[in-house]
This record gives sequence, structure tokens and C-alpha cells, in this order.
Amino acid sequence: MKKDFFKGLRHGIPIALGYLSVSFGVGIMAVKAGISITAAVIMSASNLTSAGQAAGIGIIAAGGAIIEMILAQFTINLRYSLMSLSLSQKLDSSFTLPQKLIASFGITDEIFAVAVSRPNRLTASYMYGLIFMPLIGWSLGTFLGAFAGELLPPFIANAMSIMLYGMFIAIIIPPARKERNVLIVVIAAAVFSCIFKYLIPSVSGGFAVIISALLASVIGAVFFPIKEMREEE
Amino acid sequence: MTIAIYIIVMAAVTYLIRMIPFAFFTKKIKSKFFKSLLYYIPYAVLSAMTFPAIFYSTGDHITAAIGTAAAMILAFFDLPLIVVAAAAAGSALIADVIMH
Repeated sequence: MKKDFFKGLRHGIPIALGYLSVSFGVGIMAVKAGISITAAVIMSASNLTSAGQAAGIGIIAAGGAIIEMILAQFTINLRYSLMSLSLSQKLDSSFTLPQKLIASFGITDEIFAVAVSRPNRLTASYMYGLIFMPLIGWSLGTFLGAFAGELLPPFIANAMSIMLYGMFIAIIIPPARKERNVLIVVIAAAVFSCIFKYLIPSVSGGFAVIISALLASVIGAVFFPIKEMREEE
Repeated sequence: MTIAIYIIVMAAVTYLIRMIPFAFFTKKIKSKFFKSLLYYIPYAVLSAMTFPAIFYSTGDHITAAIGTAAAMILAFFDLPLIVVAAAAAGSALIADVIMH
């Protein structure tokens, strides 16, 4: 039990270091949108998701409707359900329902990637350990970013607000370069998003992202159905 | 107070998405269409969130465009996330200092 926890803790350290920097961008973005440092940290500690929080911050800043927030979080974070589903097939039989209710809180892209590649069945202790450091890193980075966003001179904070988008670019470009189908979906999503912004500005930002992403993904699923699920064993 | 409601809604929706399949699903998704859709959604979401919003992120279209170009070039060469992000911010900052 204890050994599993510490193993998870160790495996989570590289993820935590990465999160420290990504969430720095989230923190800066949050204070620029008028959200307090405390609220930004609470949001990070309770959500643990980059794209969902970035969209959420946008909706909060724009004073969007609650239904818009629900639909945006649902669409943007829907991928986690697939990861959760995949991990649920890999759980040790000692995993109890209350433990599942706790461990599922921390399923992110990176934690999923590490957990799914483990040769053994997953125990609750291992999952707790694996989630612990990234959760600390994510919350701490948000605090530092929000703090810096309030302290740094505006011209530096402005330049840093591009960081989170830079990370999104770093996530989408490499697979788009390798797979033509991903490239087409990525371009389609960007084009739809621009069409909303410039031609149909009456649609709010959150909805524009949801509709653009769904349309582009449907195009991908219809014209380029994937051969096998890489994320499942 | 409203900020608290927004955060609670965000956290609740995100948690349920993660928790329900993890704790209660036993079957595997078989539909090829649905599997493909879930495969593409993360990339489509990030792309739709980034464009065109990135060009407004720094408060100046020119510095933002320079930062975007730097990020795209470095991402093309598969550099780590933090390097790409730092380069985007760094080049936007340098452009801003030169221009003003």
C-alpha cells in the first residue's frame, strides 16, 4: 500500500513540474480577467484542467450564462470520460467505490498517459500518489502566476498572457504535422472559430468554441474514422 | 458570489465527466464514430480556443502575431511545451520593447 503510494508520488513529479509552468499561464489569465488570486487557486485545485479553465475564465470574464459554462466544460472535458473509461478496465480488484469516487477527480491527460502505460493493475494508493504532486503543482503554479500577474508591470504581464495559447500550440502542432487527418481537423476548427468571431459575433465565445470544435471533430470522425483506439489496451 | 457559482459549476461538470465512467461504466465504447469523435475533440477544442483568441492575448495584434509565429515554428520542431510557451511570451515581449 505505502510502497504503491510512493511509487505514484515519484511518477507524478515530472507531471507536477510541467503543470507548474502551464498553470502559471492560467493564473496570469485569471487575474487579467478580473478573478482574484484566491478564486483562481480554488478554481485550479477543484478543476485540474487547462483547456476547461481557460474557457471557463473567458466565460466568467464575459459574464456568460451558466448553461454556456456547463456546455463548454462538458464539451471541452468530454475526452476525460474516455480516459476514465479506459482506466476503469485496468483497476485492481481491491479498488472500492469510495476510492473510485476520489481517484477519478484527478484524471488528466498526463496522469491518464502515465497510468495507462503501467504494466500492473492500478491500486487506489498508486493513483492517490500519482495525482498528489500534479495537483500541488497545478495549484501552486496558478498562485504564482496570479501573484506575478498582479505584481509585474503590465507590459510583461501582457506578453505572458500568450503563454497558455503557446502551450496549446505546442500540443496540437506535432500531431498535426504527423497525421494529415489531425491537421485537417485542427485547421477546420480554427477556421470555424474565426468565422464565428468575425462573421457571427453575436454567438458568445464559449458557444463558438463548442460548436467549432464539434463541427471539426464530426468532419474528422466522418471522413477519417480512426483505425484503432490508441488510448485503449 | 457569482464567481463562486461559476467555479462550482465548472468543478461539478468536470468531476462528473471523470467520475461516472471511472466508477460506474463496465462496457467498452464500440461505436467507431464516437471513438473517432472523442479522439479528435481535444485537438479541435484547443485549436478553436487558440484561434483567433491568441491574436488578442497580449493586447497588441503585432506582438501577438510575432509570439504566435515563434510558438508555431518551435512546436513544429517538437520542442517541449514550456520552451514553446516561453518563446511565445519572450518574442512578444521583445517585439513590444522594440516597438514602444
